[in-house]
Amino acid sequence: MMENVIEVKQLSKSYQGKQVLKNLSFSLNKGIVLGLLGANGAGKSTGIECILGTRKKDSGEVHILGKDPVKERKELFQRVGVQFQDSNYQREIRVDELCEETECLYQNPADWHELLKKFGIGDKEKSLVKDLSGGQRQRLFIILALIPQPKIVFLDELTTGLDARARREVWNILKRLKQDGLTMILTSHFMDEVEALCDQIIILKKGETVFQGTTTQALASSKCDKFEDAYLHYAGEGEENEDIW
Amino acid sequence: MKTFGKMLKIEAKLSIRDMNMIIFAEIMPLIVLVIIGIVYGNKEAFPGAGYTFLEQNFGALCSIAICAGGLMGLPLNISEYRERKILKRFQVTPVSPLMILIVPVAIFVLYSISSIVLLWIVAKLFWGFTFRGSYFLFLAGWLLVLIPILSIGMLVGGIAKNSKSASVWASVLYFPMLVFSGATLPYEVMPEVMQKMVNILPLTQGIKILKAAVLGLPLTDVTFAIVAMTVLAAVCIGISMRNFRWE
Repeated sequence: MMENVIEVKQLSKSYQGKQVLKNLSFSLNKGIVLGLLGANGAGKSTGIECILGTRKKDSGEVHILGKDPVKERKELFQRVGVQFQDSNYQREIRVDELCEETECLYQNPADWHELLKKFGIGDKEKSLVKDLSGGQRQRLFIILALIPQPKIVFLDELTTGLDARARREVWNILKRLKQDGLTMILTSHFMDEVEALCDQIIILKKGETVFQGTTTQALASSKCDKFEDAYLHYAGEGEENEDIW
Repeated sequence: MKTFGKMLKIEAKLSIRDMNMIIFAEIMPLIVLVIIGIVYGNKEAFPGAGYTFLEQNFGALCSIAICAGGLMGLPLNISEYRERKILKRFQVTPVSPLMILIVPVAIFVLYSISSIVLLWIVAKLFWGFTFRGSYFLFLAGWLLVLIPILSIGMLVGGIAKNSKSASVWASVLYFPMLVFSGATLPYEVMPEVMQKMVNILPLTQGIKILKAAVLGLPLTDVTFAIVAMTVLAAVCIGISMRNFRWE
């Protein structure tokens, strides 16, 4: 029997009368990767934050691993890993200190020395986090999300700032984790990445779900040859940018 | 408990690396002690007092580190962690808000203890300082200063909009209390009108308790101070726990 790792129903949120997320609904089984796509300001980060409970939702229901993220925060986050887009760290903290401080919060933490090695920054343990390159820091924050040995991870803007090779390496690691049954929700601006990793996608436009399905379905229904074109067809990035003032 | 120990260790390391508290909570009280020692030497507090001016002010010096930690360190620490989204990162982990607040509090308690030990050693070595009161009373007095001052800091850190406004509030609270409560400028040398004015500062009340404890004076003079500090602590802790925000 397949179990629902996460279930989101009719999730909505508005700021000062402006609807930024409207009726977001999906559910994911074990080992499924969902890509949450859309232009900047389309509601991806708000969506993730409302799901996690770091932002208060206006309406809708969220269950992760059968738990309510607000009411059962402590138990739930034992098995959930999160990497925020704007993750931050103490000014003068070193890599090993940040890992240790994360490790000590969990009952069954992963070996972070191993994770650092796997992600190619094993030699940076004693470096200050602020001295890492953008790509190294990004990898470190993915590692922090994996320390709880999560059943589901949220990765916001997963590979922004990584070079082509580092991105491939991260993909390979995530693919392996996926095979091991890890469920993932990620946001990304790179359509090659989405095609490589995601089983399902949701395209948001001004908070509304304009497409929900697989990348192949998106290609078919938009009658485009390339997934990137299909994405643009739905997300309408050209128009969206004109709205920014 | 394991989480607390680890977090305490790492956050303490970060705090020492930052140096601010080393300067304001450890070195500064020592400087004030040395100045008082050089200026007043072993002069009696007043003719027939039976204790020296330095001894009279030892209790006050013990409050400088508490002041620095509670009114400067703690509010800045909490508001900076919120502003830099470090608290937000903790929000999606199993850690409790209480732990997030208790770790920095514990660090500032440790700064206060080490400051008192340092002051004691230097005062004893160079000016033959003798502790005349009761250790139990001193501990009680220390807690009565420590808890309200740290809770003021928790309150400021908790409700300040950002680290800028926290630092304004911290300065508004820290500098007047440091100068006028008798922590640095001895209460006894102030003119009587000024003494009456500074009596409203919470730290002035706390320092009275500490001085009475060091000198072995009767505590009847400080009942009001004890009541005032207890009420202050209860109010601040209550408000800051209710208004805790991750972001």
